[in-house]
Amino acid sequence: MSDQAASAGTAVLTTADGMPLKAAQARAMRRSRIRALVLVLPLLAFVFITFVMPIGQMLYRSIHNDSFSANMPNLVRYFADHEELGVPDEEGFAALAADLAAAAKAKTIGEVGTRINYEISGSRSLFTSAGRRAATLRPPYKQAVIDLDQAWADPELWAVMQRAAPEYTPSFYLAALDLTYGENGAIVPVPEDRQIYVALFIRTIWLSALISAFCLVLAFPIAHLLATLPLRYSNMLMIFVLLPFWTSLLVRTTSWIVLLQSQGVVNNLLVAIGAIGEDGRIQMMYNQAGTLIAMTHILLPFMVLPLYSVMKTIKPSYVRAARSLGANSWTAFWRVYFPQTAPGIGAGALLVFILAVGYYITPALVGGSSGQLISNLIAFHIEKSFNWSLAAALGALLLFGVLVLYWVYDRLVGINNMKLG
Amino acid sequence: MKLKLLAPCAVLAAGLFAGAANAGEVTVMSWGGAYTKSQVEAYQKPWMAATGNVVNSVDADNPASPIKAQVEAGNVSIDVADVEYSDAVRLCDEGLLESIDASTLPAAPDGTPAADDFIEGALTECAVANIVFSTIYAYDTTKFTGDVPTTIADFFDTAKFPGKRGLRKGAKANLEIALMGDGVPAADVYAMLKTDEGVARAFAKLDTIKNDVVWWEAGAQPPQLLADGEVAMTTAYNGRIFGAAVGEGKPFQIVWDGQILDFDLFVIPKGAPHLDLAMDYLRFATDTQQLANQAKWISYGPARKSSAPFVGLYQDGKTEMGPHMPTSPENMTNALVNSFEFWADYDTELNEKFNAWLAGN
Repeated sequence: MSDQAASAGTAVLTTADGMPLKAAQARAMRRSRIRALVLVLPLLAFVFITFVMPIGQMLYRSIHNDSFSANMPNLVRYFADHEELGVPDEEGFAALAADLAAAAKAKTIGEVGTRINYEISGSRSLFTSAGRRAATLRPPYKQAVIDLDQAWADPELWAVMQRAAPEYTPSFYLAALDLTYGENGAIVPVPEDRQIYVALFIRTIWLSALISAFCLVLAFPIAHLLATLPLRYSNMLMIFVLLPFWTSLLVRTTSWIVLLQSQGVVNNLLVAIGAIGEDGRIQMMYNQAGTLIAMTHILLPFMVLPLYSVMKTIKPSYVRAARSLGANSWTAFWRVYFPQTAPGIGAGALLVFILAVGYYITPALVGGSSGQLISNLIAFHIEKSFNWSLAAALGALLLFGVLVLYWVYDRLVGINNMKLG
Repeated sequence: MKLKLLAPCAVLAAGLFAGAANAGEVTVMSWGGAYTKSQVEAYQKPWMAATGNVVNSVDADNPASPIKAQVEAGNVSIDVADVEYSDAVRLCDEGLLESIDASTLPAAPDGTPAADDFIEGALTECAVANIVFSTIYAYDTTKFTGDVPTTIADFFDTAKFPGKRGLRKGAKANLEIALMGDGVPAADVYAMLKTDEGVARAFAKLDTIKNDVVWWEAGAQPPQLLADGEVAMTTAYNGRIFGAAVGEGKPFQIVWDGQILDFDLFVIPKGAPHLDLAMDYLRFATDTQQLANQAKWISYGPARKSSAPFVGLYQDGKTEMGPHMPTSPENMTNALVNSFEFWADYDTELNEKFNAWLAGN
């Protein structure tokens, strides 16, 4: 310290053992950062292996599909050399015949047929039946293959095969946006009766926003009560909030079915007291109303808890000061109390929204047809139609949409203004 | 550990491990509910008793889904799965199933080789059929006291028979029922569905009841919906309705007109952990007597011709199973056999149209 006093302006500050202060500081910071990193490393590894890698793999699937390219090498080579779409000449058919025979032998012909079947119905049996007879084909191949089935002379089929040849393809993203390739490879909307995904994306975002709003309206009074009641009562109330949280999701959802179905408890009660007639039973289940009610109930704790933890830190003296300065109840609430809860509202709303966008069990059970969300179709493509590339593309679009909303939220409110407690 | 305790502990451990080594284990996946119960009683328990092995029974809404996921991930835990016909063909085409040689299956009691004893179409390259089941529709008899529904067209008649309808969520079976309800003879249904006009006609018919439909996905849902009074009529797997009606005494009645027959088959996923035991279980379960025995627990027809004479009474000891079989002559007046070839080709396009129709207004 005496060094610093003696040579204030020009000399470098040093610590007691002679090291420059800046270097000592940097070293200490580095040490504490390494220590922190080591503590977090197990969690980072866990998150990477169980979250980032699987999601990365699914996203990779959305653009990578080698069902065709891996199993039909001759055709892929032929397409690489010849740019034109359309029915090829003898050389192309020779490549096709060789590939069909090889794929039939390796039992991969079904996979190839499935890939083409996504775009042209009936292709699967076309490929598998051609594969069965491919070993008997003799030159001239073009005539021999077309003799097997007239469909091989369709230029549309060859255009689809040419597009399916590369490993990396945007066609699943196009399908996820209700687009497809039309004549000459132009991108056109799919026929009206097959357009689903865009409408479902919009419905999903709208319903999730509605659910977040309902949760906010219901959760705000509960959280306020929890934060301001004396400990004895607030503990009891907290248990009432947490107990459903700990109950199985399926149990809660099926309980709603029992309550709200047209022959359920609520309707029977209303009929019994005469409020509605036997024919006027309210349809609250297997439609959008069912989805909204059940999901609001299930996601409510996620709104209550962040709000509660923020409200707990708000000093009651501010509101009292506002009242003593002449504000009425409403003004004191709206202009003093409410802005202080904004971080909690932001956190809770974001949490509930993101959860609602991805939920699929509850809409599947109680949504009927009008309460279905995009997540149900993603599940359909994973479990029933096995078109995992399309499911991955839909999931990627959903992820992208949520990230865009997150960015908008950041610009409007600021992520640093979000507090979970 | 004290040395005195070490020796007995070692003997005990050796005994336990030896015992465990003797008992093999297979994991069998099925559809749940009354159907799994029938398999447990008719196939699994007798096999466990006969061979001393253990069967680990698991359920899924559709066992075909986990198979693809497991085989592609290279981590197969299922040894034997029970799947629908079109899924069996599709999974086999994609190389996800082990081949099954029909000559290794046991012959019928009178010596007929298995390949001839199984019903036409029951044996494929990778699958062996166990039962014939049917998608029918059923109604609650207490709801309709005057006129009762008797034909498939009555299912779509909400004026004469008011109330909600239950349908399985998906294009399969619904499009065929719609066409048959619109008057198309069973023999022409699939030819019509290959054309755009036919598909449009089917969706137009479904539109007439769309607002009244409750969609089910699990086999156990339709009897529950009927019991709750939530629907007046619903399509269902016939064995589940039988189980509720005869087994639990519910007032349900099946309408066989317009039924759609299908097989359920056993398959072995590629890379199954216990392949030999899986084949042994499969051979045992598809034997003549076992297939006849499963009819004691649920009203599904055995896939072997030689099993028919052995089909007797239900487990209650009173009900004759014969009239409740899908293949019984009096039930086959207007029946359609599900075409797996059609669905293998068109399921992508038709399910997309169905999803669009369902999600739209």
